[in-house]
Amino acid sequence: MKINNSDILIDKSEKVISIEGLHKSFEDLDVLCGVDLMLFRRENLTVLGRSGTGKSVLLKIIVGLLKPDQGNVFVLGRQVNTLSTSELNFLRLRIGFSFQSSALYDSMNVFQNLAFPLTMNNKNMSESKVKEMVEEVLSAVALSEKIYQMPADLSGGQRKRIGIARALITKPEIILYDEPTSGLDPITSVEIIDLINKVQHMYSTSSIIITHDLTCAKNTGNRIALLDNGKFLKVGTFDDVFSTNDEIIKGFYNYNFTN
Amino acid sequence: MALSDENIKGQGKKGYIFTKNLDSYLTDTFNGFKFTTRFFKEVFKKPFYFRETVNQCFEIGIRSLPLIAITGFIVGFVFVKQSRPSLESFGATSWLPSLMGIATIRALGPLVTALITAGKVGSGIGAELGSMKVTEQVDAMEVSAINPFKYLVVTRVVAAMVSIFLLVLFCDFMELLGSYVNINSVEGISVPSFLRNAFSSLTFLDIFTNIIKSLTYGFTIGIVGCYKGFNASQGTRGVGMAANQAVVTAIFLIFLEEFVIVQIINWVRYL
Repeated sequence: MKINNSDILIDKSEKVISIEGLHKSFEDLDVLCGVDLMLFRRENLTVLGRSGTGKSVLLKIIVGLLKPDQGNVFVLGRQVNTLSTSELNFLRLRIGFSFQSSALYDSMNVFQNLAFPLTMNNKNMSESKVKEMVEEVLSAVALSEKIYQMPADLSGGQRKRIGIARALITKPEIILYDEPTSGLDPITSVEIIDLINKVQHMYSTSSIIITHDLTCAKNTGNRIALLDNGKFLKVGTFDDVFSTNDEIIKGFYNYNFTN
Repeated sequence: MALSDENIKGQGKKGYIFTKNLDSYLTDTFNGFKFTTRFFKEVFKKPFYFRETVNQCFEIGIRSLPLIAITGFIVGFVFVKQSRPSLESFGATSWLPSLMGIATIRALGPLVTALITAGKVGSGIGAELGSMKVTEQVDAMEVSAINPFKYLVVTRVVAAMVSIFLLVLFCDFMELLGSYVNINSVEGISVPSFLRNAFSSLTFLDIFTNIIKSLTYGFTIGIVGCYKGFNASQGTRGVGMAANQAVVTAIFLIFLEEFVIVQIINWVRYL
């Protein structure tokens, strides 16, 4: 069943992510130049932009993999760049991350991939509880039958789904999707888009979806933020963002829908 | 100028401190030291991943056994064969067992094992971690609140030390076996007589040297493989480079350490 992301009740009184004046550069290259962003409870926010505009860097800063040069990043009320390692790890358990490459552990089968974050962070969890939780998320991504397969034996779309299942396994409040539809055929892309919306409904998660695919942005994002040259050009609903005379935004729209 | 973090970070904007290659080499060395220091900080901290360490011991140790067995046997056999003519000219072939005992325990056992495992284990660790790094598996571990350094690096380095220590003992045995086969086929020596002669000239310091070398080489192979793998970039090309550099750097460091350890032990021996 197809789920429409406009049905969700977003709580605009609660910000789960708040970013203020974020700057990040790598040697001579300024990637983010004063980014401000808010994500509300139960909202899907899509960040659109061309390759190399710093979209993935933004996600990595939110989850503490990279440190910002300047600016503040608040996630679930905690300032990420000031947290100790243990505090950051505690916060990370409340955030799920779906990687562009899926990043499944090659040496582990699907069950072990999903159980790994659980068993490593909760030594006392019983085997039956772990199995139950793994089966639950596998059922949510409709891949229950792949439980003992190795990642190398899965298709690109299945790997993405397992990656999303792994992001869900700790029951996070926030999920960060890095290019969830990149490298997939159009039919599989639609399946992943439906899955993202399903996850938002089933688990009441708030998500940031990084993509350069307008179809994905339109169908998953309650709001869209268009990133260009390290700054957001416009943030709003899909229609708000693209009903403009701005040449860069129009160019982005035309390129996506004519190619 | 001191090579601080600040200087290294600022190189892109400020230009090079010396030359591009020298700066790159010094930065790499500095980062290697930082990586090694981090190992010593993390190794005694909880949590301890015993199961993963045992898995790695199996990967490193058991899988290297056949190679070490064959190489050790051949080295022992050939070493005796090549040494015999020189000793024969003095009528001193009866010294072959004791020559072999000293050569094996003091140098050949640790060095042969280290060179073989640097190629097999070092490149394996470099390639595996390099591949995990470029496919974001290391990041995936970190965002799952698991310390990848602790889980991937500490376990592998400890496993390399334990496994290579045991492999050295096994290699020593195989070298002595190879030399015994050769000596027995020509001189017809019995096993007890061979062993008595082989070990008669050895001292506690020789055994101690053997242990120190095996632990040092194991540590070097593990830490270099992990460092190169953990810092891999540039996709699949980077994985190949990490594996290659892990072997080259480890072998270079092993010879350097051999030189230093021999100097120190000789100094102690003649105190």
